[in-house]
Amino acid sequence: MGDNLISVNNVSVNFDYQENFISKKQKIHAVNNINIKIKKGSFFGLVGESGSGKTTLGRAILGANKISSGNVIFHDDERDYDLTNMNKQDLKEYRKKAQLIFQDPYAALSPRMTVRDIIAEPLEVMKITNSRQETDERVRDIAAKCRLNIEHLRRFPHAFSGGQRQRISIARALVSNPKFIVADESVAALDVSIQADILNLLKQLQTELNLTYLFISHDLSVVAHVCDVVAVMYLGHIVEMGPSRELFKNPKHSYTKALLSSIPSIDPEKRSEAIELKGEIPSALNPPPGCVFRTRCPNPGIDCKGGEITMGLTEVEPGHWVDQCCVL
Amino acid sequence: MSHLLEVKNLDVKFDTDEGRITAVENISLSVDQGEVLGIVGESGSGKSVTAKSIMKLNPGNTSYNEDAEIILDNENILQFTSKQDLKKIRGGKVSMIFQEPMASFAPAIKIGAQMVEQLLIHKNINNDEAKSISINMLKRVGIADAEKRFNQYAFELSGGMRQRAMIAMALSTMPKLLLADEPTTALDVTIQAQVINLIKDIIKEYQMGVIFITHDLGVIAQVADHVAVMYLGSVVEKGPVNEILKNPKHPYTKGLLQALPDINNLDAPLSPIPGNIPSPLDRPTGCVFRTRCPHHNPEGKDGKIEMKLIEVEPGHWVDQCGIQCGQNG
Ligand SMILES: Nc1ncnc2c1ncn2[C@@H]1O[C@H](COP(=O)(O)OP(=O)(O)OP(=O)(O)O)[C@@H](O)[C@H]1O
Ligand SMILES: Nc1ncnc2c1ncn2[C@@H]1O[C@H](COP(=O)(O)OP(=O)(O)O)[C@@H](O)[C@H]1O
Ligand code: SF4
Ligand code: SF4
Ligand SMILES: [Mg+2]
Ligand SMILES: [Mg+2]
Repeated sequence: MGDNLISVNNVSVNFDYQENFISKKQKIHAVNNINIKIKKGSFFGLVGESGSGKTTLGRAILGANKISSGNVIFHDDERDYDLTNMNKQDLKEYRKKAQLIFQDPYAALSPRMTVRDIIAEPLEVMKITNSRQETDERVRDIAAKCRLNIEHLRRFPHAFSGGQRQRISIARALVSNPKFIVADESVAALDVSIQADILNLLKQLQTELNLTYLFISHDLSVVAHVCDVVAVMYLGHIVEMGPSRELFKNPKHSYTKALLSSIPSIDPEKRSEAIELKGEIPSALNPPPGCVFRTRCPNPGIDCKGGEITMGLTEVEPGHWVDQCCVL
Repeated sequence: MSHLLEVKNLDVKFDTDEGRITAVENISLSVDQGEVLGIVGESGSGKSVTAKSIMKLNPGNTSYNEDAEIILDNENILQFTSKQDLKKIRGGKVSMIFQEPMASFAPAIKIGAQMVEQLLIHKNINNDEAKSISINMLKRVGIADAEKRFNQYAFELSGGMRQRAMIAMALSTMPKLLLADEPTTALDVTIQAQVINLIKDIIKEYQMGVIFITHDLGVIAQVADHVAVMYLGSVVEKGPVNEILKNPKHPYTKGLLQALPDINNLDAPLSPIPGNIPSPLDRPTGCVFRTRCPHHNPEGKDGKIEMKLIEVEPGHWVDQCGIQCGQNG
């Protein structure tokens, strides 16, 4: 399929929810009717408040969450994989090609394994290598690319700083030679200086290893710096999407505008320019009908109030998509 | 005029199995009424330890130096030992709010009951008065249905609302000094903006002094009047917020600013500070930053320049080696 690596078509993910055994079964609408295309070699950003569905969408694309409707296609060189319709063999192949970098390297790394074993584990579990020697070579190779020293490999993860532990997680995700990486809040727990170092490393590895990223973050400044395309999520919907610079310079949707204005400016002379949003993101159990942002929108149009309008993206500039009800 | 709070030459050390750790060394800070002092620095730089010292909340393995002083309202907190004295500060003259609001609330006691109990300890009032003060404070921080929330448990509230309830509890006793330790770090930017505005309004209204701890320079720019930059237990630079952010002198402050992704300057590369923070067990002698500083002169590199803050502009203090060696950076 040309230059796309991933196509997400009308994907929804619902979770069943029951408060207690006598109450009625309900649905959590975590992800609703999402359509995105992720170009080969792109750094695709996904932003939005907590609970907006970023992780759920990322996991659905990795095949780690069931997809309630719609499908996800992974366009490999020779063939396409349809995630909603894969046999065991396909799933095994796909697992090698699409990997996750964990948010919290502390929690993700087993304290009893050496760094070498942690990085080697995916190779062993997926039976990718044929000998210990081959495994060791691959581990050493990827560790060097992630700027870990050979002597680090014999140590246990507790001996490492946050930044080093994040490099171990990255090496582990990359050792199976994947093409697609989901990085979910991979720098959220790090200090700015270490964050800068890890972001630079991800960029460098992208060129070196021809990687495509889905980069999930709630930090818009980080996303603006590293991503070339950004999608803004709110309550399970993508409300705006476009080339990163265009979107940050020229946001169209009320939610994107509010989100951008809330970033605390580093200039003490620019205070209180935030468009203050009232309240918090509503529960995904009962999303408001019509525009999901309606309950917090600072300047709803007359048509928005009743909730009769239907959500859906419309293209306002080449590649720049905005929820249609906010454009009308 | 004397300051509301004055910390003078404070060292804080911890005795651990691996040896004695210097968590804070020779810091001096002051806060006036109605003023926000921001403390910024990477994790492990001693921000929380400094705040906890002001309430004497550091654990049993802590030692303070003999000549240190923490003067609040003309009394030296470090000399306090009796329960009575400590009660005057903890939750009385000083309140603290945290990154994780659950740390402030006992999980099995209703929010209202905790607020009332705290007020009864510190104020000479009856139950009904305490209840009405609490409900008014919950309303003041923007909690809708304050009467209902008063009878709920902390876990029943959403994250942003819990943060507000914690602020309400901290403020209900009308402290003179509020210590806010990363109070917005775990929040989404939209909720962070709400909480920052709330804290700013309340400071204005009640004229309290605030120490606002964060590792986020953007948050500092939005809330602080003065800033202290900490690295490995030392204050390396301090001054008015505009000076520190627009005219930084110390190589560490400059390094932090260069590592920060600025949304208004997307072409700037992200430059990490080279190297790693040394362990507090091998804290460098002389300039604490010398193992990572890009500009050091030979003497600074050898640790021969003692740390000492020098005033370079009115109110703007920089560690002297930061001036000597950082000239060309
Ligand atoms: N396994 C699950 N069972 C039930 N509900 C779930 C499950 N996983 C996620 N959800 C719900 O789906 C919605 C989206 O959650 P998700 O974790 O994807 O958000 P997010 O954008 O990643 O948030 P954060 O920024 O906090 O990581 C939320 O309402 C969440 O509570
Ligand atoms: N109770 C303790 N015992 C030993 N070391 C401690 C203790 N509390 C804090 N430290 C150490 O003191 C230093 C400063 O910590 P802290 O003030 O928590 O940093 P931060 O700036 O991130 O708030 C760190 O090296 C930390 O590990
Ligand atoms: S559609 Fe209406 S309510 Fe929704 S964000 Fe746009 S203006 Fe606001
Ligand atoms: S002494 Fe040298 S190492 Fe320390 S701040 Fe000055 S320039 Fe940097
Ligand atoms: Mg998530
Ligand atoms: Mg801390």
